[in-house]
Amino acid sequence: MMVPTMADMMAQGKQPEVLFWVGAAGSYDDRAKKISRAFVKILHQAKVDFAVLGTEESSTGDAAKRAGNEFLFQMQAMMNIEVLNGYEVKKIVTCDPHSFNTLKNEYPGLGGKYEVFHHTQFIQNLIKEGRLKIDDTTLKGKRVTFHDPCYLGRANDVYESPRELIKRLGVNLTEMKRNKSTALCCGAGGAQMFKDAEKGDKEINVLRTEDALETKPNIIATGCPYCNTMMTDGIKFKEKEAEVVVKDIAELIAEANKL
Amino acid sequence: MQYLPNIIFALALAFGLGFFVMNIRKLIRNINLGKDVNRKDKKPERLKNMIKIALGQSKMVKRPLSGFLHIIVYVGFIIINIEVLEIIIDGLFGSHRIFQEVLGDGFYAFLIGFFEILAALVFVAVVIFWLRRNVSNIKRFLSKEMKGWPKKDGNNILYFEMVLMTLFLVMNATDVHFQQAGIGNPISQFITPLFDGFSAEGLHTIERTCWWIHILGILVFLNYLYYSKHLHILLAFPNTYFANLNAKGQFTNLDSVTTEVKLMMDPDADPYAAPPEGEEEAIPEKFGASDVADLSWVQLMNAYTCTECGRCTSVCPANLTGKELSPRKIMMDTRDRLEEVGRNIDANKGVFVDDGKQLLNDYISPEELWACTSCNACVEECPVNIDPLSIIMDMRRYLVMEESAAPQELNMMMTNIENNGAPWQYNQQDRLNWANEE
Ligand code: SF4
Ligand code: SF4
Repeated sequence: MMVPTMADMMAQGKQPEVLFWVGAAGSYDDRAKKISRAFVKILHQAKVDFAVLGTEESSTGDAAKRAGNEFLFQMQAMMNIEVLNGYEVKKIVTCDPHSFNTLKNEYPGLGGKYEVFHHTQFIQNLIKEGRLKIDDTTLKGKRVTFHDPCYLGRANDVYESPRELIKRLGVNLTEMKRNKSTALCCGAGGAQMFKDAEKGDKEINVLRTEDALETKPNIIATGCPYCNTMMTDGIKFKEKEAEVVVKDIAELIAEANKL
Repeated sequence: MQYLPNIIFALALAFGLGFFVMNIRKLIRNINLGKDVNRKDKKPERLKNMIKIALGQSKMVKRPLSGFLHIIVYVGFIIINIEVLEIIIDGLFGSHRIFQEVLGDGFYAFLIGFFEILAALVFVAVVIFWLRRNVSNIKRFLSKEMKGWPKKDGNNILYFEMVLMTLFLVMNATDVHFQQAGIGNPISQFITPLFDGFSAEGLHTIERTCWWIHILGILVFLNYLYYSKHLHILLAFPNTYFANLNAKGQFTNLDSVTTEVKLMMDPDADPYAAPPEGEEEAIPEKFGASDVADLSWVQLMNAYTCTECGRCTSVCPANLTGKELSPRKIMMDTRDRLEEVGRNIDANKGVFVDDGKQLLNDYISPEELWACTSCNACVEECPVNIDPLSIIMDMRRYLVMEESAAPQELNMMMTNIENNGAPWQYNQQDRLNWANEE
């Protein structure tokens, strides 16, 4: 798969339209890597001139910051900002709402000012500009419910882009009882992804999976690699793997367009 | 001797208001124990927020039933205060229903009639609130942190309002002239028959008694605020005005850390250089918060504003799954500790003397702090724009940066980020492998 790096581009004296920030999950996690690839296929189909940082990308520091380690966060941030500014990056797109939030809101104060998009916003723009069409026949009739990632929804008030994309798939979008600003967290945020939950009587991802299952979905759509892991685990816990799949919106679009 | 009631009234009023002002000054002093944070920008947007959220109650009505009842009590509370103004003037100058003369019969009848209807509605709403708190099983009123004083406080407020409304209506019902005029008494006319057998003098005594207890009750209630969650009726306004306007996902970047990180990353900086003149003795700034004075004044004002409604806790994913964390408790603990610090200062002639306690551990446990997913559900839900998450984050910062007391797995995650730029143990050189798999 053709994934040019900024270093390649620079060597050729070119500046891409947008930088794809892959994020740690999208780079290393087996499940999330599929999302990265699906998104790249879409970028290719829409003939978007993009590049990644590749081995020059490093953790945004989001997880460290939410764990309370402001030092580590700012070291990561300044390192990344140096690289990004070195390449004169103006526009960034990412499939990870945590990277999205950090790059968009927390980097400017440290000298990293970019126009940052979540991939659902970016794809929506591609459609508006007439550069991409979504085939609404492949997935027609499927029941889909959307789980709002906290760092996309409440944290940044992005509720509509993912929903508008889902509607373009020709599927039946059914909302969970807690949705948009009242959506329940999947349990991964605030660095919980990297530790066992504190003592309680239930796992958060199981509670959220129950919300989703109430809508009797064929597909649980997400827009975050961490939510994806949490919901997938929830479905396994509920032994519903045979009936329900968890998919990122990028994967659904790639599937619909048979990429 | 004929001026005795006026004098007693003036004294009661001065005493009630004076005590109230004293408490408010204490409140402001305590809030100012917090660190500075700039909330002077974007005035129009702040004003708009305050009008919409505090005055317009826009976040209350997200839960329609309690929101609707709350608006009745709130509107009743504000409007019936016009009547209190009349009572104060009458009390000071010995007049009787002074507004009737000033405003004319028609308009006065309309006003008082409207007040009576409001008073009756408030009474009903308050009874429903009481039933919700004490009879129906609403989970957010039954949490651990609501045992003891917070539960009593919630009910006290309701009793206060029931009694005040009743006094107002009975006062009108036993005012013979007022009833004879037959105007502005849509509710009290139905109470009058209860007093049928009473002499004119008896009725007058009852009317005067109600009048006195009513106004003294209001003064007592005013002074009760400082000790109660009911303080929100005042603080909701500044609290929504000074609330955070940035995206909820944006956490503050600590400036003190930025300075140090820049120094560390600057190849020209000499790490062994002596600190500049005059800074040798400076105490290094503490990172994060372990006690109330480490929080900002906005966070401390948040704590006083919290009305303990528990909406935050009822949507908290950690709380919903049985974890120790309750964002409401974070706010209540912060207030309790701040009050304790305030009393300490009062007892020690204006300076805080170390009492061996702090907000962390003595009030809020690390277990609570580590249960938070930073999902912002509590912040979104709070009807008066309180931000419990910011306190949780500041305390985590203290735990990690001052005490290196993160859970073991998080330490591993952070070591990985330090060593290979990812929270897991992968080789930085493999970052782009995903592009060629499948
Ligand atoms: S941000 Fe933390 S405290 Fe607030 S609702 Fe979410 S998990 Fe609970
Ligand atoms: S923080 Fe807000 S939502 Fe939570 S109990 Fe206090 S007032 Fe209610």
